Amino acid sequence: MSRRVFLGVFEDEADIIAAAGASRARGFDIVDAFTPYAVHGLDRAMGLAPSWLPWACAALGATGLAFATWLQFWTTARSWPINVGGRPWNSLPAFVPVMFELMVLSAGVGVVLTFLIARRLGPWRRPDIVDPRVTHDRFVLVLDAGASDPRTVRRLFADHRAVAFEEREMEDKL
Amino acid sequence: MRAMNEHAVSLRTPLITGGRTIAQVTEDVCAPMEGRPTTLWWVAFLVSFVLMLLGVVAVSYQVATGIGTWGLNRTVGWAFDITNFVFWIGIGHAGTLISAILFLLRQRWRTSVNRAAEAMTIFAVICAAIFPFIHMGRPWFAYWVFPLPNTRGSLWVNFRSPLLWDVFAISTYFTISAVFWYVGLLPDLATVRDRLKNGLRRRVFAFFSLGWNGSYRTWHHYEAVYLLLAALGTPLVVSVHSIVSFDFATSLIPGWHTTIFPPYFVAGAIFSGMAMVLTLMIIARTTMRLEHYITVRHVDIMAKLVLTTGSIVGLAYATEFFIAAYSNNPYEQFVFINRAFGPFAWAYWTMVACNVITPQLFWFARVRTSLPAVFVLSLFVNVGMWFERFVIIVTSLHRDYLPSSWADYTPTSIEVATLVGSFGLFFTCFLLFCRFLPVIAIGEVKAVVAHDRHTIGERP
Repeated sequence: MSRRVFLGVFEDEADIIAAAGASRARGFDIVDAFTPYAVHGLDRAMGLAPSWLPWACAALGATGLAFATWLQFWTTARSWPINVGGRPWNSLPAFVPVMFELMVLSAGVGVVLTFLIARRLGPWRRPDIVDPRVTHDRFVLVLDAGASDPRTVRRLFADHRAVAFEEREMEDKL
Repeated sequence: MRAMNEHAVSLRTPLITGGRTIAQVTEDVCAPMEGRPTTLWWVAFLVSFVLMLLGVVAVSYQVATGIGTWGLNRTVGWAFDITNFVFWIGIGHAGTLISAILFLLRQRWRTSVNRAAEAMTIFAVICAAIFPFIHMGRPWFAYWVFPLPNTRGSLWVNFRSPLLWDVFAISTYFTISAVFWYVGLLPDLATVRDRLKNGLRRRVFAFFSLGWNGSYRTWHHYEAVYLLLAALGTPLVVSVHSIVSFDFATSLIPGWHTTIFPPYFVAGAIFSGMAMVLTLMIIARTTMRLEHYITVRHVDIMAKLVLTTGSIVGLAYATEFFIAAYSNNPYEQFVFINRAFGPFAWAYWTMVACNVITPQLFWFARVRTSLPAVFVLSLFVNVGMWFERFVIIVTSLHRDYLPSSWADYTPTSIEVATLVGSFGLFFTCFLLFCRFLPVIAIGEVKAVVAHDRHTIGERP
């Protein structure tokens, strides 16, 4: 599915933050922004909810921790118990380092994979580049055209020192 | 999140000098990758590569012949190889300190050095992992260290052993460091991809940049992932060298069996790693024309970190001696007197000179801001920290509880060649990294440049 969008190209992070804030105040639907680095404050201007990935990370960490606890208990105390210096079969304090390491491993690797899947990033994904300089030095704000008048949006962007304005069809992927 | 604290860390002078714009950041960082390699690069690369080949020959000979090619004996069962292992793992720690801990502490200066320091971590961990691997003697059975179902029972690995904790700590550390580095690299790979004309290089960069298009909705989650990895990496780096120190501390050898080992090892690791970062950064700065990004101020801050961690290490040396005297344990006392005045006194005093005495020069601002001085002192620390591990391992072992089993140790040519080879491997990897990937985190530096312009008003 594709939709009509307005593109505003900016040269400075302060301009795109102000333009995003103004667009939202005027009731425009912000499709996305494209920036060369993580512009701080743009998330608030766009009204993005905090990322849900910390919850995924916590759940993955808990899974890794539970798996490591079970693995060590089962192998050491159940499957093939071996007497090592008379220590108890279930030597829980000695299992803590491996529990910690496997928790970190599953939380860290897991959250990155979750992120890549959630944002549909992958080796064969073709990048949809809205402007060739977006990974270099340009900031692009994309608004849903809806029924709004291109002239209003163009003026809004121009008020925030936009260097280019464009109306185009855009694939609606994410 | 970071914006909240920007006020607190806003600095009067810009971190990136020369009034760079964000477009110039891309140009400057990509320039060394796009031009032809300099003669200096080729010379360095060939020397490193030859040294690496020397290591390959030494390791091949050792694996084919056996551990008897090393100078180990029944009393000194760990020596050169484990020294190298602990040394290289320690080197890696500064990379994680810079990428994770300093990120959590909002140290904006880290953006100029974090990419190279993280790469250093990965290569150092690779070098480290080689040593326990070849020490197994039959490395083709290395997979036995993992708890895999097998036809021997299943006979499982011993989860009560610190050596097994090490397997998990090192493999987790390597994996998380590599993932952290790659995640940080992702937006920069896209930047490089968009600069390249169609061709093989562009296809490779397109493959590895995973379709990154600068979407802010992606950036928003990306920032969360980066913060989470930093939060996970911080306790991880502390755990890794603590677990390495457990290899020693949980034994009954005098000189090893001490509770001070985990913090002492972690401080020593960061100390040696920071010194290696300084060595590499001063070279990279000069040879790759990154003077605006790696400034004297960066060197100054890192030299202060070297001084701090070096002082912690010096305090640990003194504490060990005090506790030996205070404990009234004759074995413990003997080990420390033997360290300072026995057959390996030369190694002990080399260590003290390089780790405790020479870094004191970093108290002087004139030394910290003089690049040649910092470079030389950082080399001293590298030497000193290698000797620290050698002293801990060999001097504690060579005088056993039983005087009849006392022995001496001298490394063989094979062991020395393996150490030299690990340096060859490290520098080969590092030089290839400098040639083919952006050595400075372009995206992060752009954020710093923009921040500098808005807070200091350097808007052109």
